[in-house]
Amino acid sequence: MTRVFVPRDAAALAMGAEAVAKALAEHADVVRTGSRGLFWLEPMIEVETPEGRIAYGPVEAADVPGLLADGLLTGTARRLRLGVPEQIPFLARQTRLTFARCGIVDPLSLGDYRAHGGFEGLEKARAMGPAAIVETVLASGLRGRGGAGFPTGIKWKTVAEAKGDRKYIVCNADEGDSGTYADRMMMEGDPFSLVEGMIIAGLAVGATKGYVYTRSEYPHAIDTFDKALDIARRAGLLGGDFDIEQRSGAGAYVCGEETSLLESLEGKRGQVRAKPPLPAHKGLFGQPTVINNLVTLTSLPCILRDGAEHYQALGMGRSRGTMPIQLAGNLKYAGLFEAGFGVTLGELVNDIGGGTRSGRPIRAVQVGGPLGAYFPPALFDTPFDYEAFAARDGLIGHGGVVVFDDTVDMAHQARFAMEFCAAESCGKCTPCRIGSVRGLETVDKILAERDVDANLELLRDLCHTMKFGSLCALGGFIPYPVLSAMNFFPEDFRQATRLAAA
Amino acid sequence: MADRESWNEDRARGVIAAVAVKEGAALPILHALQHVFGCVPLQAEPLVASALNITRAEVHGIVTFYHEFRRSPPGRHVLRLCRAEACQAVGADAVGAHLRSALAIDWHETSRDGAMTLEPVFCLGLCATGPSALLDGDPIGRLDAARVDRMLESLT
Repeated sequence: MTRVFVPRDAAALAMGAEAVAKALAEHADVVRTGSRGLFWLEPMIEVETPEGRIAYGPVEAADVPGLLADGLLTGTARRLRLGVPEQIPFLARQTRLTFARCGIVDPLSLGDYRAHGGFEGLEKARAMGPAAIVETVLASGLRGRGGAGFPTGIKWKTVAEAKGDRKYIVCNADEGDSGTYADRMMMEGDPFSLVEGMIIAGLAVGATKGYVYTRSEYPHAIDTFDKALDIARRAGLLGGDFDIEQRSGAGAYVCGEETSLLESLEGKRGQVRAKPPLPAHKGLFGQPTVINNLVTLTSLPCILRDGAEHYQALGMGRSRGTMPIQLAGNLKYAGLFEAGFGVTLGELVNDIGGGTRSGRPIRAVQVGGPLGAYFPPALFDTPFDYEAFAARDGLIGHGGVVVFDDTVDMAHQARFAMEFCAAESCGKCTPCRIGSVRGLETVDKILAERDVDANLELLRDLCHTMKFGSLCALGGFIPYPVLSAMNFFPEDFRQATRLAAA
Repeated sequence: MADRESWNEDRARGVIAAVAVKEGAALPILHALQHVFGCVPLQAEPLVASALNITRAEVHGIVTFYHEFRRSPPGRHVLRLCRAEACQAVGADAVGAHLRSALAIDWHETSRDGAMTLEPVFCLGLCATGPSALLDGDPIGRLDAARVDRMLESLT
C-alpha cells in the first residue's frame, strides 16, 4: 500500500489529524510523523510517490474520500495539493539543521533516525574523545537556546573540569514561554535527537545520568519521549554507562529557571537558588551538572556531524548557527522557522508570517515569551540576534514571536505581565514576590484613572527595583513587557485616549 | 476521562511505595497519586511525608507550590484552557469568558452537574493554532464561542 505520512504532533491533533489518519487507515499505509511546523496547513499529510513526497493540506477527515477518488495516493488529486513540501516557500527559505528530520521521520523508528543522518554526530564524538568534543562545541559558537545565550562550550568545560562523585546532564524541557513550541515539536517529532545530544553531552563531561524535565502541559511530548527512551534502552544506546530519565513538571512556570528546575527535580518546591555556586559546580543533588535547554542539546548532533565551522559560518555577530524561531499568535502563516540568526523582526512577521490572521494591522510583537518586550512596528528592523534585542531593551528568549493586531490593549498586556508574575513568582526574593502584586495594583489604579501621572511614575520606579533587585529572570525581566508597553504605547495608559481610540 | 478511584489509604501507600525509590521522588509520587485519585487530598500528605522522611509541613509546601496538584477530585471532564499571550492575541479572553458564563463557574471550579472542571493553563505549546485547550488531555485548536458550545453539548 502507498505510504501516507500523517502528523501526530499535538498541534496537528488539535486541528483534527487523528480523524484524518483514521479515514486513511483502510486505504493507505499510514505513517505517523511529527510536524513540519507549517501550522496553518495542519493537518498536512504527505503521500509517497516515485517522484518523492507530495503534500496536501489542510486536510479534514471529510476531505479524505474525495481526495482518494481524485488520485490522492498517486499525488495527482488537485484539491488541497501543496506539491513538494520542501518547495513550499515557508520551508524553502529555512535552514533546517536542528529540525532537519522533524515532520519527515517516524519519531519512534531508530531505522528512520539512522537513515536521516542520526547518530553520525555521536559516532564522531566517540572517536574524537571528551576534550575534542568540548573544543568543537566551543568553536561552533553555540549559545544556550533557553534565552540566556551563555556559551555552551564554556559551561561544558567547567563541568568537565569539576570534581564530583557523579555528574549529571539535565535537559530543560520546561518550555513555559507563550509563543514557544520548539521543544514540544522536537520531543514529538524527533526525540532521538535529544537522546543523541544528551549522550554526547555526557561523553564530553563524564556524566553518568541524564534527566529531562518536561512540563506537564505537554502530555504528548512526555509520552513520545518515554517511548523513545524505552526503544533507545532496548537498543543498548542507554542504560550502560549513561542513562536518561524523564521527569514531569507540575505547572510552575518558574521551574524553567535552571536552579528552580534543579530544586524541583530534587523533589522540593521550585524555588530559585542564589548563584554562586553555579550548577556547573554544585548542581543537581550538589553534583556538577550541565543544564541545557532542549534546543541547545538537539543542536549538538549536527554540530558534531558536520563540524564546528559549518555551524559557526551561519548567523550574525556573536549569535552563531541557526535558531528555530517560533511564529505564533495572530499571524497568517504561523509556524516553526529555523534560520541563521540575523533575519529581521519585520521579515519574520510580515514577509514570512504574512501579517495578521485577522487581516488587521500589526500593532505589537512580543518576542521571547512573557518576560519579553513588546516591540512596535518602528522596531521591525531589529535583527534576530541576542545582542541586537538586548540593545533595544528586549530579549529573544527561547525564540517565540507573538503577534498582536491593532485591537490589543497594551495597558491590559502590562497588567497581565504583573498578574502572571504574581501568580508564578517562587516567592524567594522580595522584589518579585511583593513587587509583582504591587505592580498589578498600580496598573489597576492607572486603569481606574486614579493619580495616573504619579502611579505611572511609581510603576516605572517599581520596574527599576524589580529589574535590578530580583534573584532571577522572572522578576528581573517582567519589567520588559511592562516598560515597553508604557514606552511604546503610552496612549493606552490614559483613559481619555483609550476611550477616544475605542 | 479515565476512571478515578476514591480515596483509600492502603491504595495510596502502595502508589507511593512504587515510586518512592526514585531520586527526588516527591513530584513523581504526587503525580502518581493525582493520576489514581484525580487529586492529592490532604490525607495523602502524612503518608508522603513518612515515605520521604520529611515533615508534613514540607510536603504541604511542595503540593501547594505547584499549580497542577488539585486538592479535591475534578468533574467528569477537565478542560484546561490556555490563557497565555499567543492565545490572547487570537481571542482566548473571550473564549474564557464565554466558557465561564456557559458553565456558570469561575476558573478552578466544577460545574454544578459535575460534568466539567475548568482550569486555566499558561501555554500548551499550541501557539500557532490558538485559542487552545486540552479536553481530558486531547488538544483542541482554534476555539471560539461556537466551537465551545458544540463541545459542551457533546459532553456527558
